[in-house]
Amino acid sequence: MLDDFLIRALVAGIGIALVAGPLGCFVVWRRLSFFGDTLAHSALLGVLLSISFEINISITIFVVSSLVALLLLRLEKTTYLAGDSLLGLISHSSLAIGLLILGFLSFIRFDIMGILFGDILSVNTNDLLVIWIGGALILFVLWFIWKPLFASTVNYDLAEAEGMKPERVNTIFTILLAALIAISIKMVGILLITGLLIIPTAMARNLSNNPRQMVILSIVGGLLSVFIGLYASFEINTSSGPSIVSVALILFILSLTRIEKKN
Amino acid sequence: MSENNILVKLSSAGILKDNKWLVRDVDLEINKGQIVTLIGPNGSGKTTTAKIALGLYKNISGKVERFTKSISYVPQKVSIDWTLPLRVVDFMILTQDLKSNDIAYALNLTGVEHLTNSNLRDLSGGEFQRVLLARAIAKKPELLVLDEPVQGVDFNGEVALYSLIKTISETIKCGILLISHDLHVVMSATDYVVCLNGHVCCSGTPTDVAKNDHYRELFGDKSSQLLSIYEHNHDHVHSTDGNIVKEAK
Repeated sequence: MLDDFLIRALVAGIGIALVAGPLGCFVVWRRLSFFGDTLAHSALLGVLLSISFEINISITIFVVSSLVALLLLRLEKTTYLAGDSLLGLISHSSLAIGLLILGFLSFIRFDIMGILFGDILSVNTNDLLVIWIGGALILFVLWFIWKPLFASTVNYDLAEAEGMKPERVNTIFTILLAALIAISIKMVGILLITGLLIIPTAMARNLSNNPRQMVILSIVGGLLSVFIGLYASFEINTSSGPSIVSVALILFILSLTRIEKKN
Repeated sequence: MSENNILVKLSSAGILKDNKWLVRDVDLEINKGQIVTLIGPNGSGKTTTAKIALGLYKNISGKVERFTKSISYVPQKVSIDWTLPLRVVDFMILTQDLKSNDIAYALNLTGVEHLTNSNLRDLSGGEFQRVLLARAIAKKPELLVLDEPVQGVDFNGEVALYSLIKTISETIKCGILLISHDLHVVMSATDYVVCLNGHVCCSGTPTDVAKNDHYRELFGDKSSQLLSIYEHNHDHVHSTDGNIVKEAK
């Protein structure tokens, strides 16, 4: 029985790490970590909507986060606010509104800690299906738009001039990000998902000298964080999300010693 | 020129931003095998005009028609974020699929084949420009847009690269839109010159433009003498040309 949920959690974690690696690289390259955070915070609204109206939690989070992503892209063009202020505005107001609604939903028994920091006990077979099918879809779309997305990450004008349609692939990418958040909330939680996206990638950056290597290493870093983090979570009874992210941090610190040797 | 030689056509194209015209009423046509050069002082709208031709602006006035999809672009500024580890060889295949032979060939043409596996961030300004140019010509585009392609390149290299650009336009018959500050080069290597200062001041063959009063006003009397300097220099540049290419190899 215990083994059973640990295996489920492992299978779920592997699926998420496989997707978080490549997406995380683009988040780091494009300096979108705060953007990812904002989408994750808005996921709280998605969770509450799904509980209130009894609709599928992953789909609701995906829809809400995608809408927030599209709203952000639109506002960035039409307001005079700098990107980071705009993100702070959306991020914290969605968190505030979410917590307000939570207050009104007092009749529902509800594990807020699980939503914020992840709960490995709550991962059931259904969630595994959502993670693996959703993850496969995300990777498939990412593979499909890889070249134009990468080109527009390096230089937007150049990509557009040479027919790579950067605006379209950028929008698709933010929706993929929303999708990843939707499938991984249960596992890592709203507040920590960006950590799983960027910390293994930051470690990979220290150790790689080309993009492909960085993607592979960030997947490896994510997998290691999941393996060791879940094991620790099981052995010393800590929350899964913080354990995984802490392991990622340790890996990152270890990678720092490696980069100093190089220089 | 017959209709199907046209690659890009701008008809009274312009762009209005915050109630100011960045550039307006530009008529311009680039044909296959032709080098069109934009000249003009800083802020005269050269880069803007090139971007209009490339379709990088959404709300332009006038019309821009492109008759090819095979386009390569060397932007004025490219900065590679330090979060992204990128080697020259990764950069070469950014928007195109190339065989390693083609990559080596293009890098060899611009004299930087030895940097194939270097990280882009470790290159000097001049080396980086050479890589940008190599990437742009590697896929043998029909239209090549070069925004100050030799900035930061040493003098010998500059001459060699400009003659390379000329050779490319002749061998692969592509049209080239060139932005340059080097009037002596413009006057020697160009088929058609467009002199900009927020609008088209004057345009024509290098000889015509050099005689134009607007051109003299913008660049001073000395600049029109460049033509005669060029005519004198041409043989000289041409004869040393072979040597420089040999050196690069």
